[in-house]
Amino acid sequence: MAETTQLTRHIESYVDSSSTPSHQVASLDAIVLLIKTNALTLEALVRELDMYLTSTDTLIRSRGILLLAEVLTRINSISLDSKTIHSLVGFFKERMADWKAVRGALVGCLALIRRKSVVGMVTGSDAKSITQSFLQHLQVQSLGLYDRKLCFELLDYLLEHHVDSIASLEEDLIFGICEAIDAEKDPECLMLAFHIVESLARLYPDPSGLLASFARDVFDLLEPYFPIHFTHQTSGDTHVQRDDLSRTLMSAFASTPVFEPFVIPLLLQKLSSSLHSAKIDSLQYLRVCSSKYGAERIAKYTGAIWSSLKDTLYTYLGEPDFSFTLAPTDGINFPKSEVVVEALSLLQQLIVQNSSQLVSLIIDDEDVNFITNSIASYEMYDTISVQEKKKLHAIGRILYISAKTSIPSCNAVFQSLFLRMMDKLGFSASNIDGLQNGGILASQSVNFGFLYLCIELLSGCRELVILSDEKRETYCTILHSSSAVLFNAFGSVLAVTADRCPSHPDIYIGVKGLQILAMFHLDVFPIPKSTFENILKKFMSIIIEDFGQTVLWNATLKALFHIGSFVQKFSESEKAMSYRSFVVDKIMEMLSLDDIALPFSLKVEALYDIGMTGMKNMLTILQAMEGAIFTNLSEVHSNLTSHETAVQLLECYSCKLLPWILKNGGAEEFVVQFAVDIWNQAGNCMDFNSPFEDKGLLDAMMKAMKVSVGCCSVESQNVTIQKAYSTLSSHTKFQLNDVGRLPLTSGKYDISPRDEGILLLFASVIIALRPKTHIPNIRGLLHLFIITLLKGVVPVAQALGSMLNKLTSKSNGAEKSDELTLEEALDIIFNTKIWFSSNNMLQIYNGSSNGSDIVLTDLCLGITNDRLLQSNAICGLSWIGKGLLLRGHEKIKDITMIFTECLISDRRKTSVPLVEGSLENTEKQKCDPLARKCATEAFHVLMSDAEDCLNRKFHATVRPLYKQRFFSSMMPIFLQLISRSDSLLSRSLLLRAFAHVMSDTPLIVILNEAKKLIPVLLDCLFMLTEDIQDKDILYGLLLVLSGMLTEKNGQEAVIENAHIIINGLIKLVDYPHKTLVRETAIQCLVALSELPHVRIYPLRTQVLQAIFKCLDDTKRSVRNEAVKCRQAWASIASSRSLRF
Amino acid sequence: MVSGLINENPVIYERKQRQQRSTQSLPADEYTVEPIDQQEIFDHIRDIKDPEHPYSLEELKVITEEAVEVDDQKSYVRVTFTPTVEHCSMATIIGLCLRVKLLRSLPPRYKVDIRVAPGSHATEAAVNKQLNDKERVAAALENPNLVDMVDECLAPSFD
Repeated sequence: MAETTQLTRHIESYVDSSSTPSHQVASLDAIVLLIKTNALTLEALVRELDMYLTSTDTLIRSRGILLLAEVLTRINSISLDSKTIHSLVGFFKERMADWKAVRGALVGCLALIRRKSVVGMVTGSDAKSITQSFLQHLQVQSLGLYDRKLCFELLDYLLEHHVDSIASLEEDLIFGICEAIDAEKDPECLMLAFHIVESLARLYPDPSGLLASFARDVFDLLEPYFPIHFTHQTSGDTHVQRDDLSRTLMSAFASTPVFEPFVIPLLLQKLSSSLHSAKIDSLQYLRVCSSKYGAERIAKYTGAIWSSLKDTLYTYLGEPDFSFTLAPTDGINFPKSEVVVEALSLLQQLIVQNSSQLVSLIIDDEDVNFITNSIASYEMYDTISVQEKKKLHAIGRILYISAKTSIPSCNAVFQSLFLRMMDKLGFSASNIDGLQNGGILASQSVNFGFLYLCIELLSGCRELVILSDEKRETYCTILHSSSAVLFNAFGSVLAVTADRCPSHPDIYIGVKGLQILAMFHLDVFPIPKSTFENILKKFMSIIIEDFGQTVLWNATLKALFHIGSFVQKFSESEKAMSYRSFVVDKIMEMLSLDDIALPFSLKVEALYDIGMTGMKNMLTILQAMEGAIFTNLSEVHSNLTSHETAVQLLECYSCKLLPWILKNGGAEEFVVQFAVDIWNQAGNCMDFNSPFEDKGLLDAMMKAMKVSVGCCSVESQNVTIQKAYSTLSSHTKFQLNDVGRLPLTSGKYDISPRDEGILLLFASVIIALRPKTHIPNIRGLLHLFIITLLKGVVPVAQALGSMLNKLTSKSNGAEKSDELTLEEALDIIFNTKIWFSSNNMLQIYNGSSNGSDIVLTDLCLGITNDRLLQSNAICGLSWIGKGLLLRGHEKIKDITMIFTECLISDRRKTSVPLVEGSLENTEKQKCDPLARKCATEAFHVLMSDAEDCLNRKFHATVRPLYKQRFFSSMMPIFLQLISRSDSLLSRSLLLRAFAHVMSDTPLIVILNEAKKLIPVLLDCLFMLTEDIQDKDILYGLLLVLSGMLTEKNGQEAVIENAHIIINGLIKLVDYPHKTLVRETAIQCLVALSELPHVRIYPLRTQVLQAIFKCLDDTKRSVRNEAVKCRQAWASIASSRSLRF
Repeated sequence: MVSGLINENPVIYERKQRQQRSTQSLPADEYTVEPIDQQEIFDHIRDIKDPEHPYSLEELKVITEEAVEVDDQKSYVRVTFTPTVEHCSMATIIGLCLRVKLLRSLPPRYKVDIRVAPGSHATEAAVNKQLNDKERVAAALENPNLVDMVDECLAPSFD
């Protein structure tokens, strides 16, 4: 009983029109839950609902019926017996007559009719009775939007799933549907309505049957909707797009052939409309309808369609794009136009459907005949009149489509039009054989029009050849016999003579034509191999001789590339062979020849482009290139040009070829071999004057070495490093095995340029190694590196940093006992004693301390009196520090402490033992700003992303968020030191160092600390304005500030400090050395004008006065920003004088 | 309301393509001077809205780039504008907008001269005199209604 009262409460709450929608849904859910948990049967519910369902109060009745219907919708997975369903159907269908409760009736019918057979579905006779009741009682168009949608859904579902039962309704059904659809305007309802018509056509497919007699009436309803056009942008609640609706209407149009007499004339009429979308739609509909209606029905319209198609093409086809930028292989490239694309695909559809009729239309067309007959007069592109050009382009496209669509159409076009044009130009079919053997177009001037149409025809039939199996078709025979003529014709356009250089369209036509001829994919047919080879020869001669004609040269190279990539797909074919021998080999030959006039940079470009055609060609070319590089390297000492050549080749290798190889995979052996060969060469250089005397060449070699090693696997890297190490130990004076043990005499490490070169090359190998690669004699190398870095060799320091970055740490458990661990390496670096002989040559000594021993870190602190040594030590330490910082090692703290120590060292009294004899200089040395400036630079090295080393490309170990961590640990230290520093110099150094740290830290971290940082940041900005060399770091820092101003997080801190920020920025708006600084400062001021007026109003006059000067800035961009800024600041007060 | 407009149906012209200047400032030309030129002045005033239509002065061809004369050396600008109709009472407002916009956008060393194109306005001389009399301009800008109107017209040109 309790349950019943609960149920009554739910029902009351649902039916009560005054309760909120969410309440109603909640009570509905509760009732459904009761039924689903078997706490309530449907029968009981109906009985309980009884008085609501039959009430005379319409409001209660309609809510009651709706409740029952909604419940049914939600229990569609609970099975019901057929008797229940039948009686429910009976109830709901009768309710359709009750227009006040029609929503519930519709929802109920829909819920019932959508039931699946496993849970008990509506029988055929029930479906029919629902339909009958629907047709009898419902006036769809008089209902509201949602109810109409329900009606259409119901009808749609009935037509989809209960076809057999309702088919017998015949006329009533058709009339009812017509009535329902008539004048519907809502897109969503229309989607359903169009679909209903389509289903209706499927229901009565007989072309002379029932629907045929009503076709006119049905189509009259559909006709007004074409073309679909939304007057208002679709917004929010409707999700139907124009295209969806248009597609559905198209299926309705194409649903039955009985619409044909009405549809096609309508479409043809709309095709001539000026509305762009109407044109596109008509073309689309025509294509779909003609494929659905069949060839027979369409035949009588073909003529009309053809002529309007032709007109459309004349109007909408743009100017062809005579450029090789995109270089598609299918005919001439036209600017994309949807109308043209649709028109051509309609044409294609018509040709497929009714080839003979269309082809005869095309061949007998008067425009086509006009063009082909007067072809002889179109000699130059520029002399053809605009009208005729349009026709030429359009007919070209039509020929392209007809050649590519089907074999019969292609045959017909070749037989009639192609031969006719040949006749007009004087190569009749009879004398073709005579011309074939190299016969030239004797005294025949180049004919643009003919060649243009040929290109379209050829590219069309090229596509056909690829698809068709039968090769001995008529068109192939014709093409075969005239290939030599065509080759000569295209080739002659490109002839460059003293008095003639081909114009742009000519070049395009010539190159494109030859390219298409060369890209027929069979070896002998239809284009013979000899022609293919002639084409390659022709192109190569252009490459070698006509480099002065930039456009021609580039186009030819592109064409060669396309041909190469094409034949590469059939790599064993004869054409691929000829390509290799005529192009690839020739290009390689060119590389070694000095006597041809082709400039070297173009040679390299050609080499690269041809190499890109395929891996096989690329490898061949790489080999040739490697040969050339080494030949030139061995001659650098005697020959200046080979020096430049070598640099260019190395650049090309590392910047172009290597990335291509990496992208396309494989060929690693080759890259390793290349690296090893460079080492061989480096070793052999011993006997000559060194090639390393010039920086440019050395840089190029280092880069090539780094990139090649970087992309190899561990095994290959092991090979390379072994080779490198053996060269280093055998060809230089470095005594690697002894370096750690023996005290070194002075002079030994006075490095010769050649030794330094080899060392640098070695360093670049080390930089690029993977962490797993085994480095021989690490101890010896560490000692060597420490000493050489003190000489100021930066790449060595980078190599040392990379080594430390990748060594395995003890805590991670180094598996091999002979491997040096990170901790040991650090021990060597920081505890190895370096001592000085009396003449200041530094030496390393590992033995017992004798009082004057110092270590690397002491050098950084300036214990010696050699300031250069100190700077070098600091620079070296910074790279070591970077290696450690990236992997997140503890030691970085000590290193940064040393740097900060340097920065503030004038405050500190001497606390470390000094080298004897340098005492008197110490005070002066300690204050030396040069070395201390190096320490500020060290922070830049630590924080910035390096390109040369220690990045992902060179396999560095990078701990996530290392910059954030470093910043958070350094910030308190810096803030404290800055606030305490009492000397001007050390304060400025600290600020500068901190500026480096801040400008490279991700903005998000800075924002969190904005409050503390803003005063310091402004101090930094002000300090950096003093020296012109600081302009880049100044700009970087200003960007940090502007980030704070624009981000929400920073705003609060900004508001507090608005006063000092504005004052700081005002000083920057006339910073003379960098435009971007001024521009950004002004933009920051604009951002500040958005702050609460109370804060900024007092500063208004000041800002305006400062900006006033910027209106007369030397740079336009600054002036523009100033105008905006002035406006922003002037308008924050309501009253404004004329000047402001 | 519509009948109150002076030119009910003005001809709208296409906007000219905004020329992209090469703003790339190489280190070498960090100190070279880019003088204020015709295009820059035109860029300042082209987007000013017409007082009675939602179109810019450029779209109505009230001003064109050619109608701007500038001499950066002598700090002199002359803008000649063409009202859409001869008896346009808005001519003075347009002129005032042009003057205020240029005063706010150019450095103070400039002398700005605003003129109606010869023969394009019924009371040409009077308009010219009124626009170039600084006392009268200053007085006009004391009038809050006028200032509001001018600011409204200038608003789009600051974006």
